Amino acid sequence: MSDKILNKDQAASFLAELGRERDLFAPAVSQGKVVWAPLEPGQEPLWRFSNTALSPKEFFFPQTECLMRFKNRQDGEEGMIMHPEPELARERALVNMRPCDAKAFGVLDLIFCQDQMTDDPYWRDKREKSLIVALACNDPCPTCFCTSMNCGPHAEAGADVLLVDLGERLLAKGVSDKGREAIAALPEADEADLAAAEGAKQKAEAAITTQVAMDNIGGREVMELYEAKHWDRVHESCLNCGTCTFFCPTCHCFDIQDETQGEQGRRVRNWDYCMSWLFTQHGSGHNPRGAKKDRVRQRFMHKFSYIPLKRGGEIGCVGCGRCVQQCPVNIDVREVVRDMNA
Amino acid sequence: MDNKDIAQAIREAASRLLAEGAVDCVIGYEAGTLPMRERPFFAYTPEEAQRLTWTGFCCNNLANFLVRRPQGEAGKVAVVAQGCVSRSIVGLIKEHQITREQVHVIGVASPGMLDRDKVQALVGPEKVITAVSEEGEDLLVEGPGWQERLPRKKVMRDNCYTCVQRNPVIHDDMIGEESEPTHGGQIDKVAAPWEKLDTAGRLAAFAENYQDCIRCYACRDACPLCYCHVCFVDESQPQWCGKTQDGSDVLTYHLLRAFHCAGRCTDCGACESACPQGIKVRRLTSKIEKDVRELYGYAPGLDEKSVPPLSAHKPDDPQGFIK
Ligand code: SF4
Ligand code: SF4
Ligand code: SF4
Ligand code: SF4
Ligand code: SF4
Repeated sequence: MSDKILNKDQAASFLAELGRERDLFAPAVSQGKVVWAPLEPGQEPLWRFSNTALSPKEFFFPQTECLMRFKNRQDGEEGMIMHPEPELARERALVNMRPCDAKAFGVLDLIFCQDQMTDDPYWRDKREKSLIVALACNDPCPTCFCTSMNCGPHAEAGADVLLVDLGERLLAKGVSDKGREAIAALPEADEADLAAAEGAKQKAEAAITTQVAMDNIGGREVMELYEAKHWDRVHESCLNCGTCTFFCPTCHCFDIQDETQGEQGRRVRNWDYCMSWLFTQHGSGHNPRGAKKDRVRQRFMHKFSYIPLKRGGEIGCVGCGRCVQQCPVNIDVREVVRDMNA
Repeated sequence: MDNKDIAQAIREAASRLLAEGAVDCVIGYEAGTLPMRERPFFAYTPEEAQRLTWTGFCCNNLANFLVRRPQGEAGKVAVVAQGCVSRSIVGLIKEHQITREQVHVIGVASPGMLDRDKVQALVGPEKVITAVSEEGEDLLVEGPGWQERLPRKKVMRDNCYTCVQRNPVIHDDMIGEESEPTHGGQIDKVAAPWEKLDTAGRLAAFAENYQDCIRCYACRDACPLCYCHVCFVDESQPQWCGKTQDGSDVLTYHLLRAFHCAGRCTDCGACESACPQGIKVRRLTSKIEKDVRELYGYAPGLDEKSVPPLSAHKPDDPQGFIK
């Protein structure tokens, strides 16, 4: 049996035990916002929250990440020789991650680590050294639509352990080998616990009020979707800012630059975004996505058409609703997908 | 007139303009998919004009869309404009981005727009808000199984509280009556919270204010002043500004952007309303606005005639800041 029970009053000591070998992080309230923060050993994590404002993407794909350092010199033995940055020094556990976010990083694995030629060591290192203890949602927000996006409030994909809040107790499901090992010492769950967790799951799924159908999108020719009329309207109010992409757990565009100061040099990777004209600007001056419409269309086509086509039906969106909440002009991805599917 | 009547009058004006062929498009606001998320809407037909609305959460500055329209759509447009938006339009005309003839201003006196973050903070960050409606000077906020009444005044946007001209300064149609020009807040009392600090104190206050900035540039992209085809942060040859989250790069972005707004910023608050991180972006621009007013006796966008101080040189311009 991989289903265990964790009493909430023992959670702090269980997590402290996990934290002996690892750095711990969990959502916490800071200045009126729910943010990811270090969890001190012995500290009880937050059990009731909708989700963090920003996604935990930063843990695996920091907004600014130094990849290599070099000596900025043309001559000498060390001149322009790249030295990789050290790997993550300690393992870590990300506690109470929402299922949609856990799922998102599973989707991103398919992109950062595709094959021998495309295998991002920076992403891989952080993924392999992280234990994800997800917390199922019992009270989804009105903007959550995970059940339409191959995910759900109690979905397990991408997590190592899934916790289900049963009130005084938590059901702890071991999802991966790493996760089962982490909870091995906990007592077994009984039938009543499993039934309670199943009930919570059904209730949470029923509480998700938005359904977004995608059934027609897959059957359509890419060019037909690409040339659809509705793109002429969707982009009108878009500001082409980076908000939707920076808040999105699955957006992963980046820009790599070399920065130098005197003899010091570093190669640094920063988040970038398809909404920015500069992102696709070629050295020649040509821009394949030169107009705002092209850029807005790209964001949605990438998530709902190209990724499913290329990655065996996975969707580049997990339905977390962050872009819906944060877009300054309320461009709502759910409406856009409805248009694409119509 | 209450919001419903104003919305109805906007719809009527827009339908008429579109039906007559006086304009190709009316840019106004429509209800969003979430409470407190009224959003820009482009109406091309009288039928579409029926979607236009008006509430205290019309926080985008629609003048922004006058200069960012796709090429080939240079026809005449109408735009719904409260005081600050009309001042931005005047600014754009002065800066030769649009002509007065290209735009039909549907003016509305602003009742003072509301800050959804303040509403959320007052009812509690954990609460889900499902509906918000305005009833006179009150705001009725509802969620699953609860209701709360908030005074409008407590949740007004900072810039609306200290606004100097809430009435449209130019208009071709005026919806409703003009209101009191100000809301009573003293701009000079709050404009420059860092003014009294020494240099080190200002730097520390700056770093604190902007610590959550993710450089999404929503503040820039929501601002009608930021119409440069290539913003200095996007320039790559040479690259003026680093791309990282290091403090110095974040500082460079915000300081330079604020200076580019000198003598131009109408304090419309669109930058703060757009910021997903709730950053008080105006703490830089409002200080510069105050300086321009005190040094040059100039407030942007109030009239069509006066020359913006940074576009002209006078021998007796104040020079005390040159050190
Ligand atoms: S969809 Fe919204 S958040 Fe995304 S770029 Fe456009 S305006 Fe910004
Ligand atoms: S596209 Fe929007 S809803 Fe989908 S995963 Fe990204 S932020 Fe969440
Ligand atoms: S989208 Fe689903 S998994 Fe994510 S927070 Fe909402 S209910 Fe939970
Ligand atoms: S909108 Fe806010 S987070 Fe984004 S760049 Fe501006 S200040 Fe920073
Ligand atoms: S800087 Fe902000 S307040 Fe000033 S005009 Fe731009 S958006 Fe409005």
